[in-house]
Amino acid sequence: MAAPCVSCGAAASYRLFLAGRVSFAREQGLWKAAAAGLQTGTRCQILRLKHSPAVTTKKNVAALRRESYTVDFIKKQIEEFNIGKRHLANMMGEDPETFTQEDIDRAITYLFPSGLFEKRARPIMKHPEEIFPKQRAIQWGEDGRPFHFLFYTGKQSYYSLMHEAYGKVLHVEERQDQLRAKGLFSEKPKTKDPIGSRWLIKEELEEMLVEKLSDQDYAQFIRLLERLSALPCDAAEEEFVGRFRRTVTVQSKKHLIEPLQYDEQGMAFSTGRGNAPWRRGKRKTANAEAVVHGHGSGKIEINGVDYLLYFPVTQDREQLMFPFHFLDRLGKHDVTCTVSGGGRSSQAGAIRLAVARALCSFITEDEVEWMRQAGLLTTDPRVRERKKPGQEGARRKFTWKKR
Amino acid sequence: MLKGMTRLVSRVHKLDPGRFLHSGTQAPQCLVAHLDNQVPTESPRAISRTLENDPAKHGEQHVGQHYNISIQELKTVFPHGLPPRFVMQVKTFNEACLMVRKPALELLHYLKNTNFAHPAVRYVLYGEKGTGKTLSLCHIIHFCAKQDWLILHIPDAHLWVKNCRDLLQSTYNKQRFDQPLEASVWLKNFKTANERFLSQIKVQDKYVWNKRESTEKGSPLAEVVEQGIMRVRNATDAVGIVLKELKRQSSLGIFRLLVAVDGVNALWGRTTLKREDKSLIAPEELALIYNLRKMVKNDWQGGAIVLTVSQTGSLFKPRKAYLPQELLGKEGFDTLDPFIPILVSNYNPKEFEACIQYYLENSWLQHEKEEGKKELLFLSNRNPGLLERLCAYL
Repeated sequence: MAAPCVSCGAAASYRLFLAGRVSFAREQGLWKAAAAGLQTGTRCQILRLKHSPAVTTKKNVAALRRESYTVDFIKKQIEEFNIGKRHLANMMGEDPETFTQEDIDRAITYLFPSGLFEKRARPIMKHPEEIFPKQRAIQWGEDGRPFHFLFYTGKQSYYSLMHEAYGKVLHVEERQDQLRAKGLFSEKPKTKDPIGSRWLIKEELEEMLVEKLSDQDYAQFIRLLERLSALPCDAAEEEFVGRFRRTVTVQSKKHLIEPLQYDEQGMAFSTGRGNAPWRRGKRKTANAEAVVHGHGSGKIEINGVDYLLYFPVTQDREQLMFPFHFLDRLGKHDVTCTVSGGGRSSQAGAIRLAVARALCSFITEDEVEWMRQAGLLTTDPRVRERKKPGQEGARRKFTWKKR
Repeated sequence: MLKGMTRLVSRVHKLDPGRFLHSGTQAPQCLVAHLDNQVPTESPRAISRTLENDPAKHGEQHVGQHYNISIQELKTVFPHGLPPRFVMQVKTFNEACLMVRKPALELLHYLKNTNFAHPAVRYVLYGEKGTGKTLSLCHIIHFCAKQDWLILHIPDAHLWVKNCRDLLQSTYNKQRFDQPLEASVWLKNFKTANERFLSQIKVQDKYVWNKRESTEKGSPLAEVVEQGIMRVRNATDAVGIVLKELKRQSSLGIFRLLVAVDGVNALWGRTTLKREDKSLIAPEELALIYNLRKMVKNDWQGGAIVLTVSQTGSLFKPRKAYLPQELLGKEGFDTLDPFIPILVSNYNPKEFEACIQYYLENSWLQHEKEEGKKELLFLSNRNPGLLERLCAYL
């Protein structure tokens, strides 16, 4: 596959933003050089970036304040992005008209495979709106007179929003009074908001208004919105309030791996993998597989040995007891499991996870949710941290000697 | 972390007032039961005590029930036989109660029907760790003591093959080694257990201890024992003499001899004792072990030999080994063959219930809750030793 930069030819260059957030790179003078390089050259931007490391750093160390992007600059970036998108679509052999952002992401990961662990450090190509932070246009005219009437409050968008919301509240109350006067007022019960949405958080509001807010401002705003939503509103007001609500998906929390096999809960689990609720569990380096039988007397067999002999330590047996104790099914199931790797504690944890997953087949959805919240169904991600050079262990440093 | 975890099933279901009332009315009855040593009259509960204190009369109907041994009897019959945790429990509860279990009943049945004209039969109690072998042995010893047998009880043979501070070269045989401390301690306890026999039995040989002291033929065995206790240097030889005489004379029918050894696999295992030149000593080079091996052979009549093999305290044996073959090794197994093996296993549900009831009656467990019982059942898997440890205070 030929180098993409070369194949794009002299027509236009497209932007590849090698640092995820421009805010990272902004602090280094590197980006400025890169920007300069990108705007002029048509050759491989990556190479150019490599070759201009320290040339302009000295100049820009002093000027480490916020970069301001002019509106024209942003517009030009958007144009270049669109053109680049079309080129990319051509390169990938797809239709430029229906080339979505997901297709762009896929194309970039294909063309520039990166082994970096930090996802935000990998090459991305996104719309400039998402990359450049939103900045405000100049707020005053040539005569120095500000456009907005609330400019001198300092937080003009915030106060104008509060003003608007309060105006709506007054409007609704006025309408209510009119209806009451006419006698057509009906106590319509307010439909409560479903649980699936939440108010904006402070950071999101700040982003929307492009202004810094304090906690009290935010709280005040939310109180006003709640007051508005408590009154009987029109569609327009609902839409206004809806702008400040975001959906919260409860479903996304649920783990997707639920190939529940609802067998007849009988003793026919000797077939092993196919029909039985045979589940795996992992902890550190231990791997366990467990088969849970429906009707049993609380016997647990591990690698052919009784669990009393396999785990002489009470703590490990308590770990095994946890899923059953939680679901109140202590003496009702038989377990046969195999485990390998790890130490005694991690083997116990691995078996616990496998048993909990296997028990999912026997219980209701609610109980599965409760188990998940209790942490019984999550693989413990903690593994041993590697030792680093220059330190004695993963975190421990060598003894510091003053001289 | 687990203890603080809230239970999934709402506690509201469990906390019905009927339950409180039930446990409320239980308390006074329990106290009465304790004071009178009566069987509690609640039918849904397992009966955990019996009034039958004579092991000879224990039968199938007493399985799972505790019977009482008075403190005086305890001092005479068991000066050194009981496991240390049981001794602590006796001290705490101020009473000694043993549970009647099936392996012990089986052994009792055999012992009641022994033919004393035949050579002594060997019975080996085996089982996993903590299942109750030593306490079963104690039950048998109590029975034999009540029946007026002579009890030769070695509480733990493992103690004789490890951690010995002073090893002397034996005066009797240059090849072997003496253990004065262990021998003298054992002689003292043996004397306490069998006072009345020691004056009746007469020695049939003359034994010379040193230039000044000797025991004449026909003098009572008590003298030999006294000599061993006084002169610690000769204690091992005294033990050897006692064993020889008892073996010789039990066939005559004056008394019946019970040889009870706990941890008999120590006799054929390895030792951790070393000579001055740091070379290991084999068990047969220890005089005590040598004499004991002769005792355990079934070439005498008029008694029985009850043995226990245990991994606890054994040297160089894997933790999971519990079968006689594994623990005795080839040599030991061949020497003990033929024997009658008796398996001691974990509690069955009835016995488990009875044990919990016993603890509740003694207020060792404070609250009776079904969930608690289930937890204990799971965590201990009905193993008696583990259950006792779990119920113990931290």
